[in-house]
Amino acid sequence: MTDLPDGVERRDVDGETRLATRGDPVYGEPTDGEWRAWNPDRSKLGAMLERGMDTGLSGGETVLYLGAAAGTTVSHVADFAGPTYAVEFAPRPMRDLLDAVESRPRLFPLLKDARKPETYAHVVEPVDVIVQDVATRGQARVARENARFLRPDGRLLAAIKARSEDVTADPETVFESVRSELSADFEILEIERLEPYHDDHLGVVARPRCSSS
Amino acid sequence: MTEHDGWFADLDPDDATGAAAAIGDGGADAVREWPSLAVEAGYADDETAYYDRLHEATTTAAREAVRERERADDQQLIHAVRAMDDCRRTANELAERVAEWGGTLDDDAGAGVPYARDLAERDPDDALGARLVLLARRVAELDDEAERLRGFVEEQTPTVAPNLAALAGPVLAARLIALAGGLGDLARQPSGTLQVLGAEDALFAHLDGRAPSPKHGVIYTHEYVRGTRPDERGSAARALAGKLTIAARVDHYSGDRRPELDAELDERIERIRTRNAPEEGSPEGDDR
Repeated sequence: MTDLPDGVERRDVDGETRLATRGDPVYGEPTDGEWRAWNPDRSKLGAMLERGMDTGLSGGETVLYLGAAAGTTVSHVADFAGPTYAVEFAPRPMRDLLDAVESRPRLFPLLKDARKPETYAHVVEPVDVIVQDVATRGQARVARENARFLRPDGRLLAAIKARSEDVTADPETVFESVRSELSADFEILEIERLEPYHDDHLGVVARPRCSSS
Repeated sequence: MTEHDGWFADLDPDDATGAAAAIGDGGADAVREWPSLAVEAGYADDETAYYDRLHEATTTAAREAVRERERADDQQLIHAVRAMDDCRRTANELAERVAEWGGTLDDDAGAGVPYARDLAERDPDDALGARLVLLARRVAELDDEAERLRGFVEEQTPTVAPNLAALAGPVLAARLIALAGGLGDLARQPSGTLQVLGAEDALFAHLDGRAPSPKHGVIYTHEYVRGTRPDERGSAARALAGKLTIAARVDHYSGDRRPELDAELDERIERIRTRNAPEEGSPEGDDR
């Protein structure tokens, strides 16, 4: 089992050992003092950590989070990371995300389309980590378009949803094509399916290829 | 003069409104070390102050953009048409309960919303009857509210989407906008998607190989689909979906009314209905 980042611990919360971070609760998760449980069934990054994938996270990083939704995962990220830029395109979940932002002074919400990085490149600085969880077709392309934000020694942590690419195709076929498309700009370090936490999802840890940027 | 296009370029540090606008509307080609650039440029004294300002500006920009997008007329129309359907569905469901209960107390119990409306007019003779009558009044009120919401939808849709409302009828137009998530979303969809909006279960069953492809979703309620004989309904649905997609695009991108679309649709459906039309009175020509 690889080390958890600083600021993330396994703690007994509500009678069970769970991942937890320190911060204001966001989605009704159980808490223990200032610690709040990080539910891997609701968070793909949580599932990647729970499965022991080597995310390279150590805590305090600058993060670009694509597909922040209502803030379930990005709030945990902001609890242990440094400046965190949260990109979400849909207004309804953004309204909920704004509640999580209030008590997190280094979490920056951006109502922007992750497929159009030029619309937030005037705000987002170069980052150590990109976390990607966008349920749209063309997930590999989103990662490649946003590679411009990643420092040369940075990490891409992506959750790829097979059904977003093609509901009819066999997930393995989808994953294979996403993997090969990602390989153009990234060196893939670890790749794993996220069962039992998330069906038909792939967790990917990758770093930029030196030639790019 | 600044030689970068960061969000804080040319911005007065005290100008919070300008900062939020710059976050929302700006853009850049190149990613740069904005925090240190901002300190260098004198926008913030140090990175802590920079991040504090960035937090305020991004939060304000996101909150305003959310408000603007959620208040848009098409989004309000979506809530109205969904509320109308909710009221109607709830009224029907509650009317069933009323009829069920009424059947035990009233020898002439009827069924559905009409019976509830009838009961609502009565004066109850005892406490038990009063419970039933009050419940029936609730059904009548919900049904009235559904009607009022329908009136609102019929009035609003033509201002939000004049061409779509004219071609589809205001209620169907509002349903299509609701199913797509907004007028812009509907305008960006191919007409094949519009054709099966509302038939998602059938569509996914088809994609899984368990069923034939659906010919129509909610556009089935349109006279041009429902009133066309079954063997040409698929063609009618395709033609209607094509014109409705064009109408949605005109409404979203230009907004002016184009009456020629109505004529084109009428003509197209007329051609579909008359081609290979069975002879009047021929034995295999019935609609079944």
